[in-house]
Amino acid sequence: MKIAVTSQGDTINSPVDPRFGRAAKIFVIETDSGETRVVNNMQNVNLTQGAGIQAAENVSHLGVQYVITGHCGPKAFRTLKSAGIKVVVGAKGTIAEALEDLKTGKLTSSDNPDVEGHWI
Amino acid sequence: MKHNLTIAVASGKGGTGKTTIAANLAYSIGYNVRLLDCDVEEPNSHIFLKPEIVSREKIGVPVPEIDESKCNYCGECGRICVFSAIVPLKDSIITFPELCHGCGGCSLVCPEKAIKEIDRETGVLEIGWSDKIEFVQGRLNIGEAMSPPLIRAVKKHVKKDGITIIDAPPGTSCPVIESVKDSDYVVLVTEPTPFGLNDLKLAVGMVRELGIPFGVVVNRATIGDRCMDSYCLKENIKILLKIPDKRKIAEAYSRGELAVNAFPEYKYIFEELFSLISGEILEETEYKL
Repeated sequence: MKIAVTSQGDTINSPVDPRFGRAAKIFVIETDSGETRVVNNMQNVNLTQGAGIQAAENVSHLGVQYVITGHCGPKAFRTLKSAGIKVVVGAKGTIAEALEDLKTGKLTSSDNPDVEGHWI
Repeated sequence: MKHNLTIAVASGKGGTGKTTIAANLAYSIGYNVRLLDCDVEEPNSHIFLKPEIVSREKIGVPVPEIDESKCNYCGECGRICVFSAIVPLKDSIITFPELCHGCGGCSLVCPEKAIKEIDRETGVLEIGWSDKIEFVQGRLNIGEAMSPPLIRAVKKHVKKDGITIIDAPPGTSCPVIESVKDSDYVVLVTEPTPFGLNDLKLAVGMVRELGIPFGVVVNRATIGDRCMDSYCLKENIKILLKIPDKRKIAEAYSRGELAVNAFPEYKYIFEELFSLISGEILEETEYKL
């Protein structure tokens, strides 16, 4: 199973980035093989609009089944859902801790975004 | 005296008196004149000119509608859109109409001709008359952020004959530029305070970038300090008029009354303002020759 986690750093012990659209990086892990990669999300950090949509579109090309993050707004959520990706919000701590929380069921996927959009 | 010109009344800071100037100026000119209220988020010149509205037209912005049976998810539309309003994914495609600026790029580049443009309503255009003044305003729908298409619809009523006065929105962003551009002259209304000066500088920058001749009206000129005079002197900017801070003017305003109606002795001030502006434009034209 492939999972994307919004990240503030480059390793599995980096803190989860609480934002989705404007997360600094996207940490991707293939849980069966343990293979990881880090994707830069900085090009979306300064967008005036559509940051969440663009981040979701980028993530849709990574072949992940889950996205774990702190918060996800309505436009990003709709884009991820259209791409068939499950969204898990409320993640805290490090990426490793968030992945463990998903495994134990402490975190589960949501049916709705958990925050409002910023602008329109 | 010029008889065919477009004068935009703008400001940097809000609440300086644009509508006061625009409405009283239009009223003082009195005939062969029209007022276009381009402050579509909160048009208020109608409060003073009290027009009889004779026509209403819904205005929208064209947004994409996709025939998914023709779409092959090539992604060309997503690549051209800078607003993330159309998002092609691997085997699905979604649109966010509220983000769309109606540029038409997506339907143009679609190789499968799968995109057609439909209208998304953003507001209403209203046309009427206030005595002999032709009156046009746009009213943006509540919750709507997309002003420029409605402002463009209002500006279609700028005519080559007679005088057009444009009441612009406050600030210096897209809606203001849409309102002010292609005018013959811009009147920047300000107040002699630090906020007024700060925002006037931004507005001056904007108008200079647009290359339109302009002058300044200092409203409530007896409050604040002399910062405005020093700035205009240094920048070689003409102060066309100074209106004193008089309680009775504010009281008339709060009653929805035109200053020149409440105090007919003020009519000459606005007639003089119009002469000055016409003279300024003539001077500019001669200088260019």
